[in-house]
Amino acid sequence: MIELDRVSKSYGGRAVVAELSLRVAAGSFCVLLGPSGCGKSTTLRMINRLVPHDAGAIRINGEDVTALPADALRRRIGYAIQSSGLFPHWRVEDNIATVPRLLGWSRQRMQDRVTELLELFRLDPETYRSKYPHELSGGEQQRVGVARALAADPDLLLMDEPFGAVDPITRDALQGELARIHKATGKTILFVTHDIEEALRLATDIAILDRGRLAQFAAPLELLEQPASDFVRDFVGTQGIGLKLLSVRKVAERVRRGETAEGEPVPLDATLSEALSLMTRRHAVALPVADAAGAVIGAITLADLVR
Amino acid sequence: MPRRLEGRSAGSALLAAPVLWVGVFFLALLLAMPHAGPVFHWAFPAVEPPVYDRASFLALFLSQAGIVAAASLAASVTGIGLAIFVTRPAGRDFRALVEALATVGQTFPPAAVLALAVPAFGFGARPTIAALYLYGLLPIIGNTVAGLEAVPAAVRDAAAGMGMSARQVLWRIELPLAAPVILAGVRVSVTIGIGTATIGSTVGALTLGTPIFDGLAVDKMPLVLQGAVLVALFAIVTDMAFARLEAWLRPPGAAR
Repeated sequence: MIELDRVSKSYGGRAVVAELSLRVAAGSFCVLLGPSGCGKSTTLRMINRLVPHDAGAIRINGEDVTALPADALRRRIGYAIQSSGLFPHWRVEDNIATVPRLLGWSRQRMQDRVTELLELFRLDPETYRSKYPHELSGGEQQRVGVARALAADPDLLLMDEPFGAVDPITRDALQGELARIHKATGKTILFVTHDIEEALRLATDIAILDRGRLAQFAAPLELLEQPASDFVRDFVGTQGIGLKLLSVRKVAERVRRGETAEGEPVPLDATLSEALSLMTRRHAVALPVADAAGAVIGAITLADLVR
Repeated sequence: MPRRLEGRSAGSALLAAPVLWVGVFFLALLLAMPHAGPVFHWAFPAVEPPVYDRASFLALFLSQAGIVAAASLAASVTGIGLAIFVTRPAGRDFRALVEALATVGQTFPPAAVLALAVPAFGFGARPTIAALYLYGLLPIIGNTVAGLEAVPAAVRDAAAGMGMSARQVLWRIELPLAAPVILAGVRVSVTIGIGTATIGSTVGALTLGTPIFDGLAVDKMPLVLQGAVLVALFAIVTDMAFARLEAWLRPPGAAR
């Protein structure tokens, strides 16, 4: 669990983060969201002390971050940034093994871990381990960047707009992978973005920041349905709000169990917007719904989407 | 530590390198020059002796190489050290001062530095080394600062964020990435130094410039020619060797 207790930071008399308090539960995917200059990156960088905070306290699992030397603290926290920040003169395997090497792991253990992570990101270990970063596509670089952050198996992962510099199609794929990895590993993730769609897709909790202050801290659905202020309402956007609502709700909430419909089934954990997209494409008003094992367990209709 | 690409400096590649052949040619000329008397006598019948004979060309070359090496080594150590210092948070305030001093060192004509150094160091190799040292600092400081600053901010940020200490970031990330640019500065410094060292002969340093100045003093063109050709070849061979070293040092992923 990460706890920010009235944390403040100012540069030259200008407050960038002001009295920010936040509790991020273990295992959650918390997105720090806001326009540029709202202090979200600064907040993230104060947690691993790349930026020292002026006032307040930051605790990870109850332990103050200043209790450890900064280097030791950072080796326990995964860190991934925009444009990957891969070391251009190191091979993929050396990049991924950065923190394990700092921690003094054995060569065999590092090799095994690199293989495991490359497989997790669906990059063939034998092809990729000895490539240099400039030989990778933007999406591959970003995958390696996230793999590097996970290398020493930290409980906490800090990500600063990691998918900000890749094209929309790659970003979509990377978001899908990150969601899958979050589910599979149960890590606590703190993720900075200014992209509301990205936040709605990935987050279990969203903290919206406005000029260094917390504007609202809520689950995606609550943020859409009960914005705490005009700022939040404006930032979330009134246009397309209905579609955004569909994108945070799952088919599982609306399925009619026992009923059935024509065609390929949609999975239970798909979003309602994905279901709507399928219906539109198939010119169908109902879809069969399948569980994780692929067995059809019910159906969902167009009317259910807007219920 | 990450390993270098294998097979880069294979023997066959070295044999095909022009630097090797130009180097062999230079060495041959250095050793053959004393025996070239008849050739110069034929070209300049009035000049006696036709070839410089007060010291062997090999001795002159070795003396000059020693002077340049000593000055360049000292300039590299100080220059790289100062550049690292002024790009750290603690030394940032000194950056303008250091760069200004280095520029002043370069704008001084080497002949003037020599003249000023003689009272301090006496005649011989030492004032020459002092002049070359001052003269060679600027390109090294300039290139090292530029090379260190060319390391992308994201790379530096990631390195610190992973938990590397400041020292580890410098040695594992910044210096390897800046190495080719730093080496280019040393290369400029050394090449200029070889040319400039010849002037040291006017204050008693033994260099390939000695036959040039002796020849000028008594109006014997062959001596000037012998010294000049050898100095030029010396500089060219050194420059080619540095080019090769640079290519070898270039990190595989660095900008070309």
